[in-house]
Amino acid sequence: MLFKEILYLIQKDLVLEWRQKYALNGMLLYVGSVVFVCYLSFGMRSNLLVAPVWNALLWIILLFTSVNAIAKSFMQENRGRLLYFYSIVSPQGIILAKIIYNTLLMLLLAIICFLFYGFVLGNPVADIPMFLLSLLLGAIGFSTSLTMISSIASKAANSSTLMAVLSFPVIVPMLLMLIRMSKNAMDGLDRSLSLDELLTLLAINMIVVTVSYILFPYLWRS
Amino acid sequence: MRKNWWKLLAIVLLVFTVVAGMLSEVPRLAILNETIRNLYFHVPMWFGMILILLISVVYSIKYLRNPTVKNDVIAYEAAKVGILFGVLGIVTGMEWAKFTWGEYWSNDPKQNASAIGLLIYFAYLVLRSSFSEQQQRARISAVYNIFAFAALIPLLFILPRLTDSLHPGNGGNPGFNTYDMDSSLRLVFYPAVLGWTLLGIWIINVKSRLEILRQRIYETV
Repeated sequence: MLFKEILYLIQKDLVLEWRQKYALNGMLLYVGSVVFVCYLSFGMRSNLLVAPVWNALLWIILLFTSVNAIAKSFMQENRGRLLYFYSIVSPQGIILAKIIYNTLLMLLLAIICFLFYGFVLGNPVADIPMFLLSLLLGAIGFSTSLTMISSIASKAANSSTLMAVLSFPVIVPMLLMLIRMSKNAMDGLDRSLSLDELLTLLAINMIVVTVSYILFPYLWRS
Repeated sequence: MRKNWWKLLAIVLLVFTVVAGMLSEVPRLAILNETIRNLYFHVPMWFGMILILLISVVYSIKYLRNPTVKNDVIAYEAAKVGILFGVLGIVTGMEWAKFTWGEYWSNDPKQNASAIGLLIYFAYLVLRSSFSEQQQRARISAVYNIFAFAALIPLLFILPRLTDSLHPGNGGNPGFNTYDMDSSLRLVFYPAVLGWTLLGIWIINVKSRLEILRQRIYETV
């Protein structure tokens, strides 16, 4: 029952996103512009862009993109539609569907961002599959924690500022792990070295998803 | 008087901590020297902060199960006292770090983690102040409080263990691990932890009673 609900809600979000393409196109343009701005600011002095800076810059771009992309996942819904959902589906279904949908969205954005970024600023990554795995974990991690935060922030008065304030401290541990893991992948280190980071990230994701699953019904009621 | 025995205990323990902490014999370790006495003031701040934030989370959970003003006020006051302990912990730690590591802030994983932890709770205060309606504020900030605490646990307990820290006991620094924490240190350290935590609980107790009374006055006026 819950499974069917989730599938149905994800399908609804995908269809909605496809129909109003401006949101998706806006995000793509956002990623493109930010990468291009980075290129312009660094382009003339590409010797400044050493590997750690390259890596950190990519993750910062991804962080801001995801905060912007996920912030609208609850703010965009109007009141009437929320009331309608309230009467037909369970809150657990909604939060899980939103998390999965945001993960897909973030994965798409992260891969496009990585391709464009690598194309414009050069691609020093030695171990591409491992780097893609860290992008995948990043997409999952950002979407799990930011979805819950965006539902909290959407209840408050000036939600866009609040979204940033609430999400950054929560997401920093994850970001540090991701940066370290992707740096290992960039240097082409042995994959077993990243196992610690991988497991920690998975554990943090598990905690966040579980807590969201338990807490969301209380938010939903208001 | 019978109900207030723990307040007396807090006073006695804190007097003992300050007197014994300053005067007692401590083991001589390289680098640390006399600054080892900070163990009685800096480390209990973190223990106290975690315990007090735990109280805050417990009352947030209680609020979600049983929405009363009392649960909300206690969760809020406990979070504020937790922040106070955290700030004191950072300040005492920085002062100590100046003498042992040479810098107030040396990018140590535990220092960074505690700074991020404080940011989370400052965000909690901002979130609280952005609602005008009392019930909505209480419920949503309770949800964030629980969520933030769950995010704080990996930050404080898992991440610093994955990297080397400058803190005593990590990365080959002389420390007070289980085997070399001298029994004379423990004799003062455990009472200090208990004393500071009880003091925090006392502050929460007074402040939340005051806040509940204030809200009752607003209701009647």
